[in-house]
Amino acid sequence: MVKRLLQKGYIGLVVVFLYAPILVLAVLSFNASKSRAKWGGFTLKWYREMLENEKILNALGTTLLLAFTSALLATVLGTLAAVAMNRMKRLPRAVMMSITNIPLLNSEIVTGISLMLLYFAVSFSLGFSSVLLALTAAHMPYVILSVLPKLKQTSRSTYEAALDLGAPPVAAFFRIVLPDIFPGVLSGFMLAFTLALDDFVITHFTKNARVNTLSTVIYAETRRGIEPEIYALSTVMFTVVLVLLIVVNRSKAKAAKKAAEKQR
Amino acid sequence: MSKPKGSLAAHNRRVRYLLSTPYVLWSIGFIVLPLFMILYYGMTSRDGGGFTFENLKLIWSPTNRSTLILSIQLSVISTALCLLIAYPLALALRALRLKSNGFVILLFMLPMWMNFLLRTIAWQNILEKNGIINTVLSAVGLPKLNIINTPTAIVLGMVYDFLPFMIIPIYNVLSKIDDNVIQAASDLGANYFQILFRVILPLSKPGVISGLTMVFVPSLTTFVISDILGGGKVLLIGKVIEQKFKMTNDWNAGCGLSLVLMVFIFICMAVVQKYDKDAEGTGVW
Repeated sequence: MVKRLLQKGYIGLVVVFLYAPILVLAVLSFNASKSRAKWGGFTLKWYREMLENEKILNALGTTLLLAFTSALLATVLGTLAAVAMNRMKRLPRAVMMSITNIPLLNSEIVTGISLMLLYFAVSFSLGFSSVLLALTAAHMPYVILSVLPKLKQTSRSTYEAALDLGAPPVAAFFRIVLPDIFPGVLSGFMLAFTLALDDFVITHFTKNARVNTLSTVIYAETRRGIEPEIYALSTVMFTVVLVLLIVVNRSKAKAAKKAAEKQR
Repeated sequence: MSKPKGSLAAHNRRVRYLLSTPYVLWSIGFIVLPLFMILYYGMTSRDGGGFTFENLKLIWSPTNRSTLILSIQLSVISTALCLLIAYPLALALRALRLKSNGFVILLFMLPMWMNFLLRTIAWQNILEKNGIINTVLSAVGLPKLNIINTPTAIVLGMVYDFLPFMIIPIYNVLSKIDDNVIQAASDLGANYFQILFRVILPLSKPGVISGLTMVFVPSLTTFVISDILGGGKVLLIGKVIEQKFKMTNDWNAGCGLSLVLMVFIFICMAVVQKYDKDAEGTGVW
């Protein structure tokens, strides 16, 4: 009993450690004083001004667009790559696996720099698409690694049975294989999206001056002080995600309950 | 309707080539070639373009040597702290016996939806001279803590930022350990510590290894955390590299330093693969 309590207390402690800074930022978003170090009373001013701050809204749009498209690209390409690797012979697969692991083990700074040098070598000008490709390349291995284990669990014979029954390979893939591996594909997408949303280093090295994400705006402002509108915006983003997750979890739990009742 | 014999094998071969080719090309273009670019710049001199080792030697120059040693020290300390915090946590989470991993992963990934630069900046507020911790400390009459702009603050930032990357892989392997295995050990007379050190720990090694890499590599190479919590007073090797590109425009030197760091990390990778034979199935997530 005491052990249980200790365990739960410890989990609680780590959760508090991880969420405390988020609470601090949420409090700062209501701070009437522009300075981070001073409490100037409660205000909703920054939430209003955030909607008129074009620089921040632009950065938000770029961030979301980059995160979504790069995650989508990484998911589509990564899933295809996982299917391909699952079918490879032993040696080529081992080679490709090692190459796939490189971006995972390499630091972000080296990944960012190496891609920047490549763009420079082929005279590909830095901008939105250079960042998009860099994020896709950096996060594709995460998708591959979350799809591969699922592919290993599915049996090849159902797919082959579908072919025998006359299904075209593409249809067989979409109707037989994809549903089986979908949880892996989805978690790969979520991971790629989350990482891209939070990325600073790779964007920092592969962008030009005109492209700005929330991260790069914040980094540029760390010295002279963050605009309070950014706190407000981040608090809104975090709250939206939190609410969405709770709603999704609730409806999932409900669906599970219904399914359980039906079975009875 | 009947297909000629061997058509399945032929089909499989065709599909294999069709699917493999794009990924092989992609990996060459976006993984292998970029690394060769670093190799090229790192091994040539800035003014002549001739072959040289000078850029590599920079890592051991008097100024960079201490920076590198400090970076390694801080990243080793923060990786060790992450392990010390995360392992008991993963054990406690396993004891909750949740039906799916989803909740735990969400709980520890959700903070990433608040920009990590902002979260690190929030630590300035907590640690500052007149910050939250010191306000509380002086309210109860305790002496103030002076850790902002010191290596301690940077270690704290690293532990904070990368802890989830230690928790999730360890929890993933721990939650998959079969209860019967532990039951068997205990039936055979093993006590709690024997079970922990001789059953659970060896079984969780793959998770621990991915956790260690996932924390050590970004801690070793970060320049953002030291910028924010070191106040420009603590220089880490990641910052030195970043400045070669963004300030002094000396790409060759920057690539030389990156190359040394990269090789260092790849040696770690080789060691990892030696210890973790079936790395494939034990993906980080």
